[in-house]
Amino acid sequence: MNYPERLENVAVLGAAGKMGSGIVLLTALEMADLSLDPANRDKEFTLHAVDVSPTALKGLVSYLREQALKAAEKKAVALRKAYAHREDLVLNSDIIRQYVQDVMDIVHPTTHLSDTFGSTIVFEAASENPALKVKLFSEIRAHGHPDVWIFTNTSSIPISELDRKAELSGRIIGFHFYNPPAVQKLVELASGGTTRQELKDFSAAFAKRIRKVVVPSSDTAGFIGNGHFMRDLLHAIAEAGRLTAEGHSFVEAVYMINKVSQEYLVRPMGIFQLIDYVGLDVCQCILKVMDDRIPGELLHSALIDELLAKGVRGGQFPDGSQRDGFLQYVKGRPSGVLDPESLAYTPVDSLAATCDVKLGATPASMISWKAALASANSDQSIAAFYADVRKTGTLAADIATRYGKRSCEIGRKLVADGVAANDEDVNRLLLTGFFHAYGPINSYF
Amino acid sequence: MNPLRRKVYMAAGSTTVSLGTGRKEFHPKKPRPGLEEHIREAGQGVLAQIGGAANVDEGVIGNFMAARFNHQGHLGALIPSIDDGLLWKPCHRVEGACASGGLALLAGIRSVLAETSEVTLALGTEVQNSVKAIYGADILSGAGWFRGERKHGHAHFFPSVFSDRAGHYFEQFGRDRTRNAFARWYRNAIENARLCPTAQEFHNTTADLEALALREPNPHTFVDHLNVFDCSKVSDGASAIAIVSEDGLSRIGVSKQDAVEVVGWAQLEADLTRPPEDPTRLETTRRTVARALEVAGIGIGDLATVECHDCFTMSGLLSVEAIGLAAHGEGPDYICAGETARGGSVPFNTCGGLVGWGHPTGATGVRQAISLWQQLTGKAENWQVEIPANRPYGLQVNMGGNDKTVVAIVYKRGG
Repeated sequence: MNYPERLENVAVLGAAGKMGSGIVLLTALEMADLSLDPANRDKEFTLHAVDVSPTALKGLVSYLREQALKAAEKKAVALRKAYAHREDLVLNSDIIRQYVQDVMDIVHPTTHLSDTFGSTIVFEAASENPALKVKLFSEIRAHGHPDVWIFTNTSSIPISELDRKAELSGRIIGFHFYNPPAVQKLVELASGGTTRQELKDFSAAFAKRIRKVVVPSSDTAGFIGNGHFMRDLLHAIAEAGRLTAEGHSFVEAVYMINKVSQEYLVRPMGIFQLIDYVGLDVCQCILKVMDDRIPGELLHSALIDELLAKGVRGGQFPDGSQRDGFLQYVKGRPSGVLDPESLAYTPVDSLAATCDVKLGATPASMISWKAALASANSDQSIAAFYADVRKTGTLAADIATRYGKRSCEIGRKLVADGVAANDEDVNRLLLTGFFHAYGPINSYF
Repeated sequence: MNPLRRKVYMAAGSTTVSLGTGRKEFHPKKPRPGLEEHIREAGQGVLAQIGGAANVDEGVIGNFMAARFNHQGHLGALIPSIDDGLLWKPCHRVEGACASGGLALLAGIRSVLAETSEVTLALGTEVQNSVKAIYGADILSGAGWFRGERKHGHAHFFPSVFSDRAGHYFEQFGRDRTRNAFARWYRNAIENARLCPTAQEFHNTTADLEALALREPNPHTFVDHLNVFDCSKVSDGASAIAIVSEDGLSRIGVSKQDAVEVVGWAQLEADLTRPPEDPTRLETTRRTVARALEVAGIGIGDLATVECHDCFTMSGLLSVEAIGLAAHGEGPDYICAGETARGGSVPFNTCGGLVGWGHPTGATGVRQAISLWQQLTGKAENWQVEIPANRPYGLQVNMGGNDKTVVAIVYKRGG
């Protein structure tokens, strides 16, 4: 089975979720592009988008239509050539409309897992629950195509474990997109010890075709991405405890750490906003998977457990807007900080009035995340900024330095433990998957 | 045939800003002025300088594709919306692709020559940011031969037309020297635009303009031989000017010193269905300019400044050669030597031209006339260049489509 044949019948499980919808989009676009190749005109491409929620599938269809339109508008130059044989398509608008229709015709939204039993590739983006994944894979192994390949989007569960438990005989690979898949450039690729070479070769080809940067990870719980993120968030929560013990209130501590981890660490968002974006429930699942499988290290947060028990979840509403978590949001921007006792949110504005003074004056050389990404020589600007940060001796400088050092330590440990092959892979992953302005393994701190 | 049986003047120009990306006040998702607001602003700007609408005999407006960009035809009937004093006066709209503004000027000139009007309010407008550029390309492709060219044309139709011309030019005269000239043209355009508050690139702060302009073209996302800096941007705007007889000048209270006189004009048409014989030349432009200069009774050496139709750097370069300031194939050297820059021997497009000032297609011809009126009467403020007493003439060249409709007008100060 060659590359296009393998992609003729594909399924995505958890298709209407945050990750699944992006995977459906990227895969359907690739399938539509293949269908336009004259060599594939005899083939019929189908993508079964499977989800338990019919309502969410409706949302998926709207999302796909909108995103396929944007994709078509972007690649109109190539599409004019691809549709050159269609005399009825003359204007860009004709061609763009046709492409969107062709993408939509490939996608078959369904709530029935049985629809995927003819698929030769199954992307899985169900929730991060090992038992659920094993159940789904076992069912597909039992009833599906005899040569089906599973591409799991797990961000934490070892591939060899899933392979063994679902008895897939090496027909599985970890193909971990980052959120949102349509935007983030990264795919973290993890093979189990038994993963077949053909899957690895196909994965490399597919990732290249959909223009993703591949970073390989060893088959260790949490891989590189969550290996860093989970330890990073545990550091932030521990720092909140430390600052609280020093006399700051909890909401002040969260406000200050969130602000410093965004502005001083030159990241796209603060750490508590990122936890909310990912979802406290997802973080809890990932931590549990890692904690159960990585001995000698406590990878658990009682605070996250407590908040989830009280109904604080974060994550997104079905329309994509941000749900409140550690922070409260108005139009996607943090507007308040949660008090875990009262579950009330203290307005960010009032916290800023007191906490910004506590944090101390910001060095004039501070560089924004956007400016750092846009700058050709951001390394120098960032180094100069941290040199100034060290001189200030403020509370913000202290939090930032401890944070940067810990992030670096986490990165180095991932290499030392063999999770990442080298420093560059860790840095590339954080740059492309988390949009950091610089890699965690650096000499800034 | 006497193309100038009577003296014709232009004065009291007024233009909106060229609104689009690059202007700080422009945001694609926020409400912004439409055709009506632009037309009113430009038109009222003229009326305020000529004693009001009562002094106007008729109106004419140039526009290319409002019927598709804005679902609005019948633009002649928008002229009375500028001022009640224009009600019940003759008004009409003219179209000749990107030369629509130039055709509006000619309609005004002809009416004054025919003595059917002493004061004509000539306008031009286009509002193009109503659609994304990829769909705008479809609309603008109407300036080509739709049935014969569109299906096998490029997604970015007109950039590709001039990219193909550039490809031929590269082959014949060298790629690097030509691209260097494109980059110099871009730099001149932006540096001039930065001096003129109505220019679309007025807020441009790029430090090394030529380095930016020399970015390699990317055929996968755009066209083969040009990059986006070689192209004028998508623009919204309107421009207006009064076209008047000597009696008209008295009526509106404008002195000859404050007006420009039309001393030569020409308008030629090529066959839309026929490709250019030599893609490295703008033959219609060459013929039209030669005719306008002949009518004016002047030579190329008498020009102080030129407003040419640089919808692309490539058309700017070919215009320099078609006008006759550089021989065929020598335009790049002429441009790179700074001859077209504001300190050069014949400054071109002194407030930025189409690349720098902007290109609201139907307005461009009128905007060019305003720029020359300002330049020749000493009203160009920060972007004023020296107009030598021994060569006091300004030339405007407004081109529609792929060198198909061309308007050329020669001006000098009125008194």
